[in-house]
Amino acid sequence: MSDAVLNVENINVYYGSIHAIKGISFDVYDGEIVTLIGANGAGKSTTLNTISGLLHPATGSVSFLGESLAKIPPHKVVERGLAQVPEGRRVFAQMTVQENLEMGAYTQTQNISDDLEKVYSLFPRLKERMNQVAGTLSGGEQQMLAMGRALMSRPKLLMLDEPSMGLAPILVEQIFDIIADLHRTGATILLVEQNAQMALSIASRGYVMETGKIVTTGTGQELLASEAVRKAYLGG
Amino acid sequence: MIFLNYFISGISLGSIYAIIALGYTMVYGIAKMLNFAHGDVIMVGAYVCFYAVSRYEFPPFVGVILAMFVCTVLGMLVERLAYKPLRQAPSLAVLITAIGMSYFLQNTALLLWSSNPKVFPSIVGRGAFKLFEGKLSVSHITALTISACVVIMIVLSLFISKTRLGKAMRACSEDKGAAQLMGINVNATISLTFAIGSGLAAVAGALLCSAYPTLMPTTGALPGIKAFTAAVFGGIGSIPGAFLGGLMLGVIEIFAKAYISSQLSDAVVFAVLIIVLLVKPAGLLGKQAQEKV
Ligand SMILES: Nc1ncnc2c1ncn2[C@@H]1O[C@H](COP(=O)(O)OP(=O)(O)O)[C@@H](O)[C@H]1O
Ligand SMILES: [Mg+2]
Repeated sequence: MSDAVLNVENINVYYGSIHAIKGISFDVYDGEIVTLIGANGAGKSTTLNTISGLLHPATGSVSFLGESLAKIPPHKVVERGLAQVPEGRRVFAQMTVQENLEMGAYTQTQNISDDLEKVYSLFPRLKERMNQVAGTLSGGEQQMLAMGRALMSRPKLLMLDEPSMGLAPILVEQIFDIIADLHRTGATILLVEQNAQMALSIASRGYVMETGKIVTTGTGQELLASEAVRKAYLGG
Repeated sequence: MIFLNYFISGISLGSIYAIIALGYTMVYGIAKMLNFAHGDVIMVGAYVCFYAVSRYEFPPFVGVILAMFVCTVLGMLVERLAYKPLRQAPSLAVLITAIGMSYFLQNTALLLWSSNPKVFPSIVGRGAFKLFEGKLSVSHITALTISACVVIMIVLSLFISKTRLGKAMRACSEDKGAAQLMGINVNATISLTFAIGSGLAAVAGALLCSAYPTLMPTTGALPGIKAFTAAVFGGIGSIPGAFLGGLMLGVIEIFAKAYISSQLSDAVVFAVLIIVLLVKPAGLLGKQAQEKV
């Protein structure tokens, strides 16, 4: 393993007086899929939003490619190569599929037609619907669009927040296949999931979160096999 | 022919409402706030144009450009100083701030320029085009107002739908958090929106005062409210809605003045607004809020 792409060091995050993240630390190395699993309300989204710069840690630090993100506004974070696919997809519903992808490439100065082709070949469904407004897509298609949109920024780290949320099992399989494919072609991924089984089965390493803390960590296989994780997240 | 004359007057007045309504609707679309000081920016634009042309004898179009420049800066300043610190505040606090800002601008104008009405020089000659052997007469300012509205409509629509910045504005108006995750600078985009709206307010001010030449510190207030009504009428947040709402409001107002009663015309305008909102709560072209799973 080479240098850490992402290093989160003992961050504490508050919403007013609510202490949502209580001193967590973790790393993501080049080429890894790291997953952050935990029940609803554990603090997974808060963690991703803090890394993206939408929220600020009260203490602790986030570094990306060796540089601190402390004073970097969220739109500059994207420029540095950190993309997030937010929870609930949040595609721009009134814009077309193609326009959504263009927004994904907002920070890119070079010609984006190659990147568009890449995303369309990864998600052929999107190509068929390129001129359709995103609000008319199905949930699965919107997830594909949200992922494609993030890829348009040529991220060095792709963060996904519950990509399986609200999708039918067959679509969940499809989305995870794509994530695994991206990983095989060299992408570095931080995957947040409640679907621990799926996430751990493709992850290099995982961290288990509970009420703002990391309670267990290990390789994907170790966590899948671990008694505590089985009990808590995999239904026995 | 008299009907057609009224109709053209209505479209002309409506064009001014439409240009003002754009500022309300674009700002609402992106910042989700009602900028009640917008009407007073019109007044400031009219004063700048007035002094440039009457006192310093600049050509009218230079006066308009100066007014646009001053209003653009003013709009961005108002946003930066008064509204940006309230980005996370409850909407009622923002609304009260906007009303306060409106009075602040009016009172500053009172202090600077006194309450004595100024007679605004038309930015085009007072002449008219005669059509149909003189049966239909369209004044130069009417023709200019309608043309300005059409040009603004086309340019702005192209800007919003085709350019990178225009698309970023649409993205911000839909979801600021997601827009930030795309690398869009949301604060700069909001600032740009205020700049565009206020620059257009200056144009509206010059056109309005050319057609109705009395300029006072309160000059912008009523057209501001009417244009706000037009924006709601067309569907607040919708740019085509602002045009449609503005034009319809102008036509209804002039017809009400001509055929019903000039005292009652505003009441008629608001009655139509209420009926439209009862039937279509989001306005004529407004999008009904809908959730997608
Ligand atoms: N905007 C917010 N304001 C206040 N509390 C919040 C907000 N968002 C999340 N929280 C709280 O922070 C905790 C972590 O939430 P979140 O990060 O969304 O969890 P997860 O993504 O793991 O489901 C929860 O207790 C939640 O109620
Ligand atoms: Mg979450």
